[in-house]
Amino acid sequence: MNPFGLLAQSFAVLLALTLAPLLKGWIDMWRAWLGNRSAPGLLQPYRVLHKLFHKESVLADTASPLFRLAPYAVFGCVLLACAIVPTLSTDLPFAPAADAIALVGLLALARVFMALAAMDIGTAFGSLGARREMLVGFLAEPALLIVLFNASLITGSTSLASIVETLAHQQFAIHPSLAFAGIAFALVSLAENARIPVDNPATHLELTMIHEALLLEYSGRHLALMEWAASLKLFAYAGIGLALFFPWGIAQAQSPAAMLAALPLLGLKLAIGGLALALVETLSAKMRLFRVPEFLATAFLLAVLGLLVHSLLGD
Amino acid sequence: MSHWIVQSLNLFASLMLILAFAMLSQRRILSLIHLFTLQGLTVVCATATVAYATGRHELYFSAALTFTLKVLLIPYLLHRLIQRLKVQWDVETLINIPTLMLIGIVLVVIAFNLAAPVAQLSASIARGTLGIALACVLLSFMMMITRSKAVPQVIGFLAMENALFFAATSATYGMPMMVELGIALDVLVGMLILGVFLFQIREQFDSLDIHHLERLKED
Repeated sequence: MNPFGLLAQSFAVLLALTLAPLLKGWIDMWRAWLGNRSAPGLLQPYRVLHKLFHKESVLADTASPLFRLAPYAVFGCVLLACAIVPTLSTDLPFAPAADAIALVGLLALARVFMALAAMDIGTAFGSLGARREMLVGFLAEPALLIVLFNASLITGSTSLASIVETLAHQQFAIHPSLAFAGIAFALVSLAENARIPVDNPATHLELTMIHEALLLEYSGRHLALMEWAASLKLFAYAGIGLALFFPWGIAQAQSPAAMLAALPLLGLKLAIGGLALALVETLSAKMRLFRVPEFLATAFLLAVLGLLVHSLLGD
Repeated sequence: MSHWIVQSLNLFASLMLILAFAMLSQRRILSLIHLFTLQGLTVVCATATVAYATGRHELYFSAALTFTLKVLLIPYLLHRLIQRLKVQWDVETLINIPTLMLIGIVLVVIAFNLAAPVAQLSASIARGTLGIALACVLLSFMMMITRSKAVPQVIGFLAMENALFFAATSATYGMPMMVELGIALDVLVGMLILGVFLFQIREQFDSLDIHHLERLKED
């Protein structure tokens, strides 16, 4: 482990921590504008986090220690996931610790903790949300895995850092299988981040909410951690998407100058991605819960088609 | 240089396959027409790319013909048709959509395996895409079978023709010009006849569900 790698790693983690709420604010701002409303400020998520961290955290009488542990576990899992997704540099000392499969596992672990904590209190909404969340999750995970395998087939590695290194620095080539994987990934990330065709992040309507139902019993610093983890998860997904499909500009190992140059490019890519997400959310209507399996089955099958096309067309 | 052309042809072929699956899973007729238009545009791009790569000028003509017919004229006719029939709404498929997609994957595997030995005989630059073209034909065919309403069946028929055209371009640099003109005319005339036919069906049965055609006697 070299000192530069350590620096790059800690910089990446700090960047994820600070940029994730900003990304959320940016998306919320555009969603408000596109919906013809006046927008909250870009820094609104930071203000919310600040407010929540200074509030008292109220626990239900029936809460077990698991309920108090869950926000920290979820936050830790998602932060670790952010740490192994290369956003600025591919020289990440954490990256060998967890490859693409372990990344999916980390996100699944966070989901399991959230679902258990939601069921822990014993209110109806919590367990309802937990069941829905697991329904979405068990369909989205295989699709995400196959998307990552598509990239692994092209580059011959399951480590995200080396996938990105190969994709970003080889001679530019069009991989048709990545087109399939890209569409599948877009569908999966909409579902996983509780975005509009699957779940509305801004609603507390009991019939439709999934993600919000899980957080209903949390308050104060616990809620702040959960909210922060949600925006970190969105950031991690954005990072995976940019790394697999738009990897240009990510710095190679041992070059601090390239890393600084990669920073504005990352900002630009995230800004465009956030705008696209807001556009998708504004243009589409939320679908019925029983259409969600169909939506995610489509994602899974597109990802499998990507593998098939790769085997037919080769490199 | 040829490296680039083969790669972009592969990309167009993949787009064809994505669009075929999108059409298979689409319930709304209006979106089906948009997807069909996109598919036509993809075929035009692929044909123009092959024409550029091989320097065959007649392929430019067939690309232009495809463009006017399948990107402009037929979608326009379809739009008018569904406006006058008032059938823009959702149409349920006969089999539920996830099952349909699974069968679609099986069809794709079969088509890829079938086309692999044939493609090796071909000397065309786009021979790798023959399997995808065959898969698109089968998928459009399945779309026709699994719809109960008449308009999606017509669109399935037209999509199948698109896929056949793409197969011809990728395997043998296109059919002879006369054959192509004949097919283009046939599709147009077929489209018009089917349009008239749809109005007749609706007048007779007050519905576009072709199940009504299975009963021969009035009860």
